[in-house]
Amino acid sequence: MVTLTIDGKKVTVRKLSTVLDAARKLNIPIPTLCHHPELSPYGGCRLCIIEIKDLARPVTACTTFAREGMEVITTSPYLEKLRKTTLELLLSDHPNDCMVCERAGDCTLQELAYFYDIRENRFVGEKRPFIKKDENPFVERAMEKCILCGQCVRVCDEIQGVGAIDFAYRGLKTKICPPFEKDLDCEFCGQCVAVCPTGALTGKMWAQKGRQQDVRTVDTVCPYCGCGCNISLHVRRNEVIRVSSKEDTINEGWLCAKGRFGYEFIHNSDRLTKPLIRISPKEGFEFSSQSPSFNPPPGKGGNGGVRSSPLTPHNSRFKEVSWDEAFDYIAKRLKEIKDSYGPDSIGGLSSARCTNEENFLFQKFIRAVIGTNNVDHCARY
Amino acid sequence: MRADIKIKVCMGPSGIATGGADVIEAFKNEINSIGKKAIIEERCSLHQVGCLGFCAKDVLVEVVVDGKKTIYEYVKPGMVSRIVKEHILEGNPVTEWIAGEEYYNFHKKQIKVVLSNCGEIDPEDINAYLAVGGYEAARMALTLMSPEEIVEVVKSSNLRGRGGAGFPTGLKWDLSLKIKSDVKYVICNGDEGDPGAFMDRSVMEGDPHSVIEGMIICAKAIGSHQGYIYVRAEYPLAVKRLQIAINQCYEAGLLGENILGTGFDFDLKIYQGAGAFVCGEATALMRSIEGKRGMPTPKLWRSAEKGLWEKPTVLNNVETFANIPRIILKGADWYSSLGTERSGGTKVFALTGKMKNAGLIEVPLGITLREIIYDIGGGIENGRAFKAVQTGGPSGGCIPAELLDIEVDYESLALVGSIMGSGGMVVLDETDCMVDIAKFFLEFTQAESCGKCIPCRVGTKRMLEILNRITVGNAKEGDIELLEELGQDIKVTSLCGLGLTAPNPVLSTIRYFRNEYEAHIKDKKCPAAVCKDLITFSILEEFCNGCGACKRACPADAIIGKRKKIHKIDPEPCIKCGTCFDVCKFNAIMKM
Repeated sequence: MVTLTIDGKKVTVRKLSTVLDAARKLNIPIPTLCHHPELSPYGGCRLCIIEIKDLARPVTACTTFAREGMEVITTSPYLEKLRKTTLELLLSDHPNDCMVCERAGDCTLQELAYFYDIRENRFVGEKRPFIKKDENPFVERAMEKCILCGQCVRVCDEIQGVGAIDFAYRGLKTKICPPFEKDLDCEFCGQCVAVCPTGALTGKMWAQKGRQQDVRTVDTVCPYCGCGCNISLHVRRNEVIRVSSKEDTINEGWLCAKGRFGYEFIHNSDRLTKPLIRISPKEGFEFSSQSPSFNPPPGKGGNGGVRSSPLTPHNSRFKEVSWDEAFDYIAKRLKEIKDSYGPDSIGGLSSARCTNEENFLFQKFIRAVIGTNNVDHCARY
Repeated sequence: MRADIKIKVCMGPSGIATGGADVIEAFKNEINSIGKKAIIEERCSLHQVGCLGFCAKDVLVEVVVDGKKTIYEYVKPGMVSRIVKEHILEGNPVTEWIAGEEYYNFHKKQIKVVLSNCGEIDPEDINAYLAVGGYEAARMALTLMSPEEIVEVVKSSNLRGRGGAGFPTGLKWDLSLKIKSDVKYVICNGDEGDPGAFMDRSVMEGDPHSVIEGMIICAKAIGSHQGYIYVRAEYPLAVKRLQIAINQCYEAGLLGENILGTGFDFDLKIYQGAGAFVCGEATALMRSIEGKRGMPTPKLWRSAEKGLWEKPTVLNNVETFANIPRIILKGADWYSSLGTERSGGTKVFALTGKMKNAGLIEVPLGITLREIIYDIGGGIENGRAFKAVQTGGPSGGCIPAELLDIEVDYESLALVGSIMGSGGMVVLDETDCMVDIAKFFLEFTQAESCGKCIPCRVGTKRMLEILNRITVGNAKEGDIELLEELGQDIKVTSLCGLGLTAPNPVLSTIRYFRNEYEAHIKDKKCPAAVCKDLITFSILEEFCNGCGACKRACPADAIIGKRKKIHKIDPEPCIKCGTCFDVCKFNAIMKM
């Protein structure tokens, strides 16, 4: 452990912690754009410059190890002036179209421009152009907004292990792009989108769906595989418009393509929202309910994706029932089958979109209640 | 018949450019036709100015008859038959073509340490190197000296990194020696990229074995078994000669396993850089060898602790390594006595620009700029006035005439706003516009910025845009102050050496030539008449005799006038190329 003084306050941190870590521990704000706690130190944005006693030149907090007895100053008129210059430079190469930007209100650059009160810019000049390409349905790249913090490159390489993008060119022409500037063609995990501090990388499907301030977040668990990643649904007017994940979760904020972009099923018109009982077209079936047979409205298939039609062999008819009726019917039929043909004539298939607890209960039911081991699930028991 | 005649023809780039190949051919034909036997060599193959000196007088030819050396300058193929006839056959050197006093003055104040073999020995022959005491130092280091002793010698020699930053080499080795690790690396930085610099190139091309020997000694000192030489691919001859040298060393048992039977192993590989200037920066260079984009990484650790592939690494410049064998052989005291108190030894400089004797020189540290420019360089050509000397390439600054008497070492150059750098020295005269010079260097650094940190990527671009405004006459009051302020901020906030020094050419020219900047902004005039948008060409009636040379030469048909009548320049179509100015023999064209 080492003890150092930051802005007159003493703090003890583990060895090999950076000064930035130590300052964050003390809750001292130091602006950063390229830093991410889970990624390797980068030192590109130069905003976290600090002064250390006995050092001639300011250094960046994110790339300086805390040392015993170090005396650090994180803010002074000089440091703030340097930060402001850096921000001005950055904004001089930025579209500054916050009014229509997807990330407005949720953008680190915008926030810093606000706090440093940058209304006018001393530096005006050439900006990087960007020709939009990308046919993919997931990631929107507005690279003229890119501040080259490199977080997307590092997350793709260090966390995802894909390395789909990297820096290209030099000088002001520097840009981040896939190899040979081709269209983005990766696994579309969207980790780059998650770490991007500006509006350079956003989800295509959440464009114009609502900005940060009128969105409610609901924390839940990803319904896909057994990993059980924690996700946050961004809900606007009772519609999920975006999915993200927080850093202090079991999955440390990382998600895959399914978890991040695969939420459309929630509001999909094909989704079942009430129990339906299928009526065989040949036999017909008797219900305890008095309600007449039910035809799903057009578009509400519920038939494995195959639209019901009077002309197909799958010409089923559905009857909407209450949960009680549905359960009674299931229990009755399972009992009949088990009595006539034995428990091994029954098998259970569970859904990966159920939670672990639900899946546990399901296999328990099949094994203990039905009495067979014929149970499976796409992610396997 | 004994071959007692040696003819050495300079085949450096300027030797080749001035027709060296034809001269060699002419000598071969001539010698064959008279039936004498002679050894004809390409002597200064590529910039080994150490010997035949200086490119300004190419093609230089050294004729040795019975051990007596004679040097001819400005040799053309047509002169060969007379040299052969009078000198070789009759024994009377052709006096009017012999190199004059200037040639000897050029060498007078130089001390050759690093360049001592350049041009003297065949760089592609290990035996030639062995014959001049080559690999003796390595043998000493491997058999007689402990790592600590080697480090101690290097430390007390006061040798400092010749790449530009001037970190004490012994200290660097010491740090690495003290770190325990099974794997350590030695890297030689041959990624010389400054415009106008060719020091490392000359050493790699002229004496590659000295670099390899230096690296072997370093490897022994720190306990490394793998080395890399990082050379830019734009130096194909250096790559070729280094590879030949490395192959010869493997054959001779000087590299590989069990070197010279001492049980010490050291492997050496060449890694070719793809031509990014920033890869000369230590961390970017190491990332490049690792196969990543050559981009500087933050120095959480020193390279001596975690460098290449996170292993302890010593990275030194070509010239630094080339110094090592000589230091080991001749001793630290000898070396440190050559330089100043704080910086020992000699330094190679590439002397270019508006000087009479351009070329590659090696001088003891502590020599004054005046001695370099006037005594060695022979002063400014065409009798013009000296204006400034730019040292340290795009990271350095411009030093004006009034500071010519400062000593050349790391500290005093830094004090006047420049740097030692790797050794580029560009001399500027009164026809150079300082704003234009600053713009040239900033254009270079801006284009070569890796793009990682904001001050360098965007800041240098904005500075360049302001300079552009100044040179086209669109600047406004306060632009100089804005340049200064931005430059100072970039010098503090940038990540690596490239950004930290990029504003130097601008800041130093503002510091010493502020009036030139002001003339551009306030009077919309370029005092040196360089910035096209601020100058006009006109014909002085009293000097024009209507010869029509300018009219014929003008590519834009902007000159009107009848033969034998006074001509005029039409400013509309004039593209300000300056051709008329150059062709007029009567000084009738005025540029202002």
